[in-house]
Amino acid sequence: MYRAHVLVCGGTGCNSGGSKEIIQKLKEELKKNELQNEVSVVETGCHGLCAQGPIMVVYPDAVSYARVTVNDIAEIVEEHLLKGRVVDRLVYVEQTLDSKVTSLNETAFYKKQKRIALRNCGIIDPESIDEYIGTDGYEALGRVLTEMTPDEVIQVILDSGLRGRGGAGFPTGLKWKFASGNRGNVQKYVCCNADEGDPGAFMDRSVLEGDPHVVLEAMAIAGYAIGANQGYIYVRAEYPIAVERLRTAIAQAREYGLLGKDIFGTGFDFDIDLRLGAGAFVCGEETALMTSIEGNRGEPRPRPPFPAVKGLFESPTILNNVETYANIPRIILNGAEWFASMGTEKSKGTKVFALGGKINNTGLVEIPMGTTLRTVIDEIGGGIPNGKKFKAAQTGGPSGGCIPAEHFDIPIDYDNLIAIGSMMGSGGLIVMDEDNCMVDIAKFFLEFTVDESCGKCTPCRVGTKRMYEILDKITKGEGTMEDIDKLEELAYYIKDNALCGLGQTAPNPVLSTLRYFKDEYIAHVKEKRCPAGVCKELLQFNIDPDKCKGCTKCARNCPANAISGKVKEVHTIDHDKCIKCGACLDNCSFDAIYKK
Amino acid sequence: METKTTVPFEGTKEQEMQLRQIIAEMKDEKGALMPIMQKAQDIYGYLPYEVQKIISDDMGVPMEKIYGVATFYSMFNLEPKGKYQISVCLGTACYVKGSGLILEKLKEKLGIDNGQCTPDGKFSLDACRCVGACGLAPVMMINGEVYGKVNVNDIDMILAKYE
Repeated sequence: MYRAHVLVCGGTGCNSGGSKEIIQKLKEELKKNELQNEVSVVETGCHGLCAQGPIMVVYPDAVSYARVTVNDIAEIVEEHLLKGRVVDRLVYVEQTLDSKVTSLNETAFYKKQKRIALRNCGIIDPESIDEYIGTDGYEALGRVLTEMTPDEVIQVILDSGLRGRGGAGFPTGLKWKFASGNRGNVQKYVCCNADEGDPGAFMDRSVLEGDPHVVLEAMAIAGYAIGANQGYIYVRAEYPIAVERLRTAIAQAREYGLLGKDIFGTGFDFDIDLRLGAGAFVCGEETALMTSIEGNRGEPRPRPPFPAVKGLFESPTILNNVETYANIPRIILNGAEWFASMGTEKSKGTKVFALGGKINNTGLVEIPMGTTLRTVIDEIGGGIPNGKKFKAAQTGGPSGGCIPAEHFDIPIDYDNLIAIGSMMGSGGLIVMDEDNCMVDIAKFFLEFTVDESCGKCTPCRVGTKRMYEILDKITKGEGTMEDIDKLEELAYYIKDNALCGLGQTAPNPVLSTLRYFKDEYIAHVKEKRCPAGVCKELLQFNIDPDKCKGCTKCARNCPANAISGKVKEVHTIDHDKCIKCGACLDNCSFDAIYKK
Repeated sequence: METKTTVPFEGTKEQEMQLRQIIAEMKDEKGALMPIMQKAQDIYGYLPYEVQKIISDDMGVPMEKIYGVATFYSMFNLEPKGKYQISVCLGTACYVKGSGLILEKLKEKLGIDNGQCTPDGKFSLDACRCVGACGLAPVMMINGEVYGKVNVNDIDMILAKYE
């Protein structure tokens, strides 16, 4: 028995911040103080509050330390773990409160959350199957196999109202039902989409890193429900930690007889293999993903036939996303009614979002469906840094859209987001402030789509490229009003005619920015001006004569020799020579340089 | 078909044996081509014509299919990478925090474009999609080492570590 447990976050964010070295040092220091048999060190999955990482939580006191470095470890061990005195200077303090909150659960960041899919993330050691079992792990699988018929399982999932968390929001139970015919007579597959490709989204990665067994358990349940005995997890190779932990988890589950032959002695066989992606965004689309597992170029196939009829290796297949699976065991154990009691009328349960961009608490949050954007950004997210003004929140990645301030109070669910021109997507939520140019953002997403279009169908391959070119023209101040019309026309054409989900949704970033920020497009076209000051070609750098001290630093750093002026006299910029690199702005010590 | 890369192929007998053994073990699995190509890239660092040919011969899969798969996925490299592989995250969270400027600065400093390698083989530069360290945005990586909250002015200092 240990008298204390130190939980160190080993998610990718904290790992990048040095949590591996911290754990190493912690073990050394504990040994030095002969505490290694009294205090255990646990490397957990993501705690969610990535902005404050690396995060360390000490139990039983539940004291949270933030932004811990290797140099702090000796002090934490000696003061807290040996002498029992909390190291105040490292305790996580919420910015909005005066008093120090020593338990993470009491902070606004966690208080408004409801953690179901992330239940175990940051709590258990993801590399220990025993810890998963200790928190009711594999109990749902046991119950399903020994007490329920496959049809009963599907009914529970249907009744819960669970919809796919990967983006489109298709009812999960329905998907399973479609694939459930002819059990036992045909080869079927259960797949997990862990090819989380939206830039800025890392929900699935955190579940895989923090609680890999929940995915295995849920896939086995799905296998029982539809009559499949083989599963594949298609995971991004860019997530090395997640891949490693999945490998460990699969090996442990096989060893415990929770995967493989005759699980729980019920005669049910189910095994899972990993397949690594190789960096193609389109492989997040279900038919492309299956084509890729088969060992081909990951191009989508026309539907119908739907995967439930003819999917992987031409067999009936279901594909669900990681977060969807993470909900399944809880629904089985707590019942469909419990799950359906949360959320809105048509969107039940919770949704995990990855908060990023211009927001104080970047990180991972899980909120009940129906929570407003205001709560997410202002309360949980801690608002916008540096006193800047909120401009838009982007959801749904390259398939989604931007939500402006006027929709701040709309309850977030699948249908509401579609109605305002965005979509739930997999859960990336990027906040933009007044310094972000919406035309530039639209261009950014279109560049992404052009890059990632598989090239199979013309509307997407050629259409997105043309859209990108028009946007590029506009950001350079060469656009016309006709270009804006053409952009819109093209957008609808691609939406209606592209083969797969990637192409059909690719114009969304343009359509939503046109809908809410058309004035910015017009400013670029008519006034040749970028209101946010982002589009380089439209910027002009100037020196404020009242602030310039004549220190010559800007002139010395200008690579184009565009700045002239004598020592201790006001300097000026020659706009013909200026290449708009911003070196002067970065180097000025007196804030005398501004761009407009 | 472009068959030869600009850098001469320097694979060893050991590497070839290792690859052939992996192929023999895996080739009967369903959908084994991509996992085998990933292993081949682990062994050689990239997938030149010569390596693709070994896979083709041993698996009985036509070269055009292997080349098709290799060029479809961005993680398969037909050219070798630099000794130090720099990747700048252009995920949305990093982009809105200015990672585009960092990429520009690196291109300027190294004199190469995105996806290229410096002539001395020292640095290669790539823009990558979200590495998932959004809390540290903007992020760049050199050989897997993550640099977070990077400022354009930090770049000289970071590169100097690898000089």
